[in-house]
Amino acid sequence: MTIAQQPEALNFECETGNYHTFCPISCVAWLYQKIEDSFFLVIGTKTCGYFLQNAMGVMIFAEPRYAMAELEEGDISAQLNDYEELKRLCLQIKRDRNPSVIVWIGTCTTEIIKTDLEGLAPKLEAEIGIPIVVARANGLDYAFTQGEDTVLAAMANRCPSKAPKALTETDKSDERNPIQKLLNFGKKKEEVIQEESEYVDHPPLILFGSLPDPVVTQLTLELKKQGIKVSGWLPAKRFTELPIIEEGYYVAGVNPFLSRTATTLMRRRKCKLIGAPFPIGPDGTRAWVEKICSVFGITPQGLDEREAQIWASLEDYVKLIRGKSVFFMGDNLLEISQARFLVRCGMMVHEVGIPYMDKRYQAAELALLEKTCQEMGVPLPKIVEKPDNYNQVQRIYELKPDLVITGMAHANPLEARGINTKWSVEFTFAQIHGFTNARDLLELVTRPLRRNNNLKDLGWDKLVKEEAKI
Amino acid sequence: MKLAYWMYAGPAHIGTLRVASSFKNVHAIMHAPLGDDYFNVMRSMLSREKNFTPVTTSVVDRNVLARGSQEKVVDNIIRKDAEEHPDLIVLTPTCTSSILQEDLHNFVERAQLEAKGDVMLADVNHYRFNELQAADRTLDQIVQYYIKKACKRDELPQGKTAKPSVNIIGNSTLGFHNNHDCTELKRLMADLGIEVNTIIPEGASVHDLKKLPQAWFNLVPYRELGLATANYLSEQFGTPYVDITPMGVVETARCIRKIQEVINAQGAEVNYEDFINEQTLYVSQAAWFSRSIDCQNLTGKKAVVFGDNTHAAGITKILSREMGIHVVWAGTYCKYDADWFREQVGEYCDEVLITDDHAEIGDAIARVEPSAIFGTQMERHVGKRLDIPCGVIASPIHVQNFPIGYKPFLGYEGTNQITDLIYNSFTLGMEDHLLEIFGGHDTKEVITKGISAESDLNWTKDGQAELNKIPGFVRGKVKRNTEKFARERGLKEINAEVLYAAKEAVGA
Repeated sequence: MTIAQQPEALNFECETGNYHTFCPISCVAWLYQKIEDSFFLVIGTKTCGYFLQNAMGVMIFAEPRYAMAELEEGDISAQLNDYEELKRLCLQIKRDRNPSVIVWIGTCTTEIIKTDLEGLAPKLEAEIGIPIVVARANGLDYAFTQGEDTVLAAMANRCPSKAPKALTETDKSDERNPIQKLLNFGKKKEEVIQEESEYVDHPPLILFGSLPDPVVTQLTLELKKQGIKVSGWLPAKRFTELPIIEEGYYVAGVNPFLSRTATTLMRRRKCKLIGAPFPIGPDGTRAWVEKICSVFGITPQGLDEREAQIWASLEDYVKLIRGKSVFFMGDNLLEISQARFLVRCGMMVHEVGIPYMDKRYQAAELALLEKTCQEMGVPLPKIVEKPDNYNQVQRIYELKPDLVITGMAHANPLEARGINTKWSVEFTFAQIHGFTNARDLLELVTRPLRRNNNLKDLGWDKLVKEEAKI
Repeated sequence: MKLAYWMYAGPAHIGTLRVASSFKNVHAIMHAPLGDDYFNVMRSMLSREKNFTPVTTSVVDRNVLARGSQEKVVDNIIRKDAEEHPDLIVLTPTCTSSILQEDLHNFVERAQLEAKGDVMLADVNHYRFNELQAADRTLDQIVQYYIKKACKRDELPQGKTAKPSVNIIGNSTLGFHNNHDCTELKRLMADLGIEVNTIIPEGASVHDLKKLPQAWFNLVPYRELGLATANYLSEQFGTPYVDITPMGVVETARCIRKIQEVINAQGAEVNYEDFINEQTLYVSQAAWFSRSIDCQNLTGKKAVVFGDNTHAAGITKILSREMGIHVVWAGTYCKYDADWFREQVGEYCDEVLITDDHAEIGDAIARVEPSAIFGTQMERHVGKRLDIPCGVIASPIHVQNFPIGYKPFLGYEGTNQITDLIYNSFTLGMEDHLLEIFGGHDTKEVITKGISAESDLNWTKDGQAELNKIPGFVRGKVKRNTEKFARERGLKEINAEVLYAAKEAVGA
């Protein structure tokens, strides 16, 4: 590996956009589990249904709170009335599942035939008495995790805007579950009295991004150590518990693919966005906490030791990848943060493919990537937006990286050609945020290398015959 | 609109892609939005493909919506032609392109001017056909294209092969145990002294297609894929076809006798009766199994069958005719070909169920409470929930249904595999018997399972204790029967007496 000349700044390129990724409707898979009282209705065709059925694997058999509203020829040619059809299905959902919210996922088809979901929803909502949130998570506009972004951006508009005053008396006009609220309010009050002194006085902070509950707890406690109170999360465990967002609140993202949500919170809800690197890897987590502290004028306590301690505990894994190279084909928008973390681990990144690059929302993360590369003395990676998978495979053949992080469509064929791969989708579902989960992240990254250590003396690393080049 | 979250047959383009990517050196280009190339993931994961799946997307995005694909599709075709030099590029429409109504024909014609390989548009409408119908149509379309092309160039070989020969039509990628079936059929043909002329589409080159008319006959092992092609070849060249699926001892014999008839009509003078006899008695163990004590224990046991036409019909006949098992209902999700299914299984089951609604099937299973289910992965999960064993016999399937070991469903080795599958699915006879005598050895708590059982009744301690003595695999049924009995008589509490009264009432 030669570290001859280092480019001054990150190099951004854009290719043809001919790459493999999951359809953004896949976000229902994790969001219906996160938001426990929701029901996701994907309004699309058999193609969408087939994708979800195959992508979700065994989850499909667990009576998921999602379904397809499968469009038939009569719907496409408008022989059937959209409103009546949706009403019929939503009433059925209400009867069978009684959710607190129905999320409509608009797809490519509803876009093309221009179904006015945003227009139909308020009418139907009033008629059936269940909130209907519309998210246009389609493959025409978005890739994979951006699906969550469209849902959360729509949810951001549903967050209550006023702190409930004296709500201990049941407020009957409020459509949110009064009993739930009563219970929660009581609980919160108790906590407030007990713990108020532990927090520094700062403006309310809301975090956005869907994470598994244990990770929510971990990150909340991480901020609590600095005296920062998290007033709420978007999304919460239940739709009825969406956080209050008032003008002037601070917000911070936990995932790199949430640009629309960030924009909505800033423009529509008049919040102030804390632009920080994302809490992925110990370096990212530390930078994230530090940035939030700095905005609130707090001097962070004990982060040095905390980070050092985590790195020390990772050493056995870091040892395996130090000095090795990695190539991100790009499909879930976590790539920049992961690349930055792996550079800090001592890896060299050839290329960071990414479906979509919001340089403003990811500014702090990009700056940290640049800084990390300089500090570690490795060349800055090329960032390729809307990559072309065919070209990438040719580059992979040339560069022979030690690890390729890629989708399942390419993983087995690359492995058969002696190239180590890690399936990128696993990073989306695994717990990778915060100090605590850095090890899980490396567990995934090092798995192919550890597997190879077991197989290395067997001599069958290439399992396809050399292709005859015409 | 239809509320659904599980489908048995995929969308049309999947069928086209299955056929296209089964051929060697054929590339498919989908006209589809980002994320619709999920087929590549399935092929790479399920069949553990070592090679890149020859399918790419000409991405439909906002720009395409605004001003049409314009040069994009044509450019993508020409680019792929230059990069991979495929013999054929199949432009594949999807649900999206169906409604965009772009003139894909025109794109194909324009691309053909520059491309060195052939270019074709798959003629499938998303809203009219499902995966299976589309696969059948696409195969037919590709075959016709190359036959006509050879005709035009006068390259069509004349006459039949010297020895009796066959085209095997219908093995494709992602087909249920298709690769093993293919090996078994080749072996069977070799045993019968029949040359295999071509096998399509799996592993075939489009250049081989002009050889198709040289075969003496066509064998179409699967009902879903290949019939259109066989019909075309029969109309065009008078090539007869055999469409009896050689699944199970009786059907395999029937298939072989039909082959004998077909080739003798063309002057072959063969007699396969000795072969059938030898195989049935000594190679396949299925006939012997039917006589054995093991199989006797299965007599009259209740089973249900659900799957595609080929496998559901085949398995129903085996269960009923070859093993004496009571098939309460048999069903298919091939609604478009339901009449054939009814005719095939009508006499082998009590009831025929034609539906693609998995909930209806789940309820039908819960209602019947069979001792074993033979179905798709969906039925396997219903079985798990109801504690009923399930043998998977048809797609949709998971990665475990792409076994590495040799597991054909067709031919004589297929009969052995199916016998194992069926026997292992039923609770082992003797174990069942012993447990009943000794009152069961497991003391698991009975939990109410979803679907049909909801309990508003109260089991007393002694009632529960008696229930626990009943072997696990029938306990659910006894519980439900008892509760039904109690409800009918307005009893609120179930004790041991009620339990046994119920048992007597149903004569169990």
